[in-house]
Amino acid sequence: MEAYLAAMLVFAGIYALMALGLNVIWGLTGMVNLGLVGFFAVGAYASALLTKYWLWPMPLGWAAAGLAAALAGAVMAVIVARLRGDYLAIVTLGFAEVVRLVAANEVWLTNGTDGISGIPGPWRGAVSPQEFNLIFLGLVWTAVLVAFVLLARLSHAPFGRVLRAVREDEEVAAVAGKPVLWFKVRAFCLGAAVLGVAGALYAHYNAYIAPEGFAPLLTIYIVLALTAGGVGAMRGAVLGALLLLLLLEGTRFVAQEIPGVTPVQKAALREAIIAVSLILLLRFRPQGLIPERTRTRATP
Amino acid sequence: MRDAILEVRGLRRRFGGVVALDGLDLRVRRGTVTALIGPNGAGKSTAFQCVSGVLRPDAGRVLFDGQDITAARPDRITRAGLVRSFQIARGIPRLTVLENLLLYGQRQPGEAIPAAILRTPAMRRREEELRERAKAVAARLNLSRVLDNQAAALSGGQKKLLEIGRALMAEPRLLLLDEPVAGVNPTLAAEIARHIAHLRDEGVTVLVVEHHMDFVASLCDPVIVMAEGRVLAEGAFAEVAEDARVQEAYMGRRRIHA
Repeated sequence: MEAYLAAMLVFAGIYALMALGLNVIWGLTGMVNLGLVGFFAVGAYASALLTKYWLWPMPLGWAAAGLAAALAGAVMAVIVARLRGDYLAIVTLGFAEVVRLVAANEVWLTNGTDGISGIPGPWRGAVSPQEFNLIFLGLVWTAVLVAFVLLARLSHAPFGRVLRAVREDEEVAAVAGKPVLWFKVRAFCLGAAVLGVAGALYAHYNAYIAPEGFAPLLTIYIVLALTAGGVGAMRGAVLGALLLLLLLEGTRFVAQEIPGVTPVQKAALREAIIAVSLILLLRFRPQGLIPERTRTRATP
Repeated sequence: MRDAILEVRGLRRRFGGVVALDGLDLRVRRGTVTALIGPNGAGKSTAFQCVSGVLRPDAGRVLFDGQDITAARPDRITRAGLVRSFQIARGIPRLTVLENLLLYGQRQPGEAIPAAILRTPAMRRREEELRERAKAVAARLNLSRVLDNQAAALSGGQKKLLEIGRALMAEPRLLLLDEPVAGVNPTLAAEIARHIAHLRDEGVTVLVVEHHMDFVASLCDPVIVMAEGRVLAEGAFAEVAEDARVQEAYMGRRRIHA
């Protein structure tokens, strides 16, 4: 049970990182990104390959993961510069699928659908599995804390103010003297970097990655987590990720307690509970659990 | 004749088969409040869009203070000192009035990521300067009491004032105002006219597109009349109002009422 809890909290931390990354791109800057699992995958593969085959130290691998994903983010931001809304959603969704298909087919690099196994983890093997879980738990939540503090600072600085303006009305932001494309590129890089680091942490925790782990469903989960937590608020992103995990895992137990249903019905019930909870939340609190608030006040 | 702060030469722009600007030539003299008037469809708005960089002209040149800004990006044009307002007040709805004003502040080091994370002294100093400026702008436009309100919650008139206030935050040398008193009650329209006159006295040149003829007559000199994508007449309001071609352009052979 303890191992299970630790593992779930590690995943909650990884989801929280992803929601934070998405919050910069979508929440603050208003660029729909349904390809976030693609950046997550780029980071996971970058760090896995570098640390396993090139024997880079893990921290360097994680940094490289962030950098690789940021680079992909920059390219993406320039490509989609003039797209908004639905079109942006389609292109980013396509990007994630391209990453997944490349990972599945470029066997020389990624070992195809067999995936990469034996990815090193910090002190894995030297400590008991339970201790490894706890070490990783600390590592992931430290990363969440660092990302949270940095991104919250950015979002309340003049930089964040411009991102919000770009989100609401690009033309006004441009007339306000702000180079809109440059802000979009930086926001995309930053968010993608966080997603990439999350991917690297996932790879090193799991020790194994394969293309099927980067399916669009994960993107949908994170979008839901952020929507539930509160789009635009960094605290909302973290809270939303915790809520998501609670729903995903908690329903497992709830469904088991219901008498007189077959296992197949239990699985379906579980999904129904998740869906209904989210619908109810968004019906009664459309702005999410923590609404976006800015701190700039005329009178302190 | 005093020198021109804005010079537009042979500006052309068409939308499919519709010629919106047909070789527009105009000059705005430094230190004036110049009006750009004309019947609907004369090309005033298109001219505004082209000058402010929001729309790319097909041909022609735009010179601002001797500098060629033809088809430059809108953010560059604003930083050069030519700032426009929007006809339909477009305050960023979910930012407060104060934040809307601060947004238009220029040279804020905190718009770079490292400075924003480190909260450098330069960023905080600039933010403090901009806040002071924002408060002064709000005070002169009677917006002090609503500084912490979201822009979405303002009344129509306040939104119009915010539109002017934001432009002022960018320290313009030439201010382009797109229908600043459209849909505004007469008392507020007179107040806005006074604000604009003060700005002129402080050395800001203003170019106004406006349909409200009382407002134009009382405030603007010279008045440039556009029709069918080019300039039809230019002069003091009384002169152009007497001009037969202007009267014809507006309403067929009748006098326009001041």
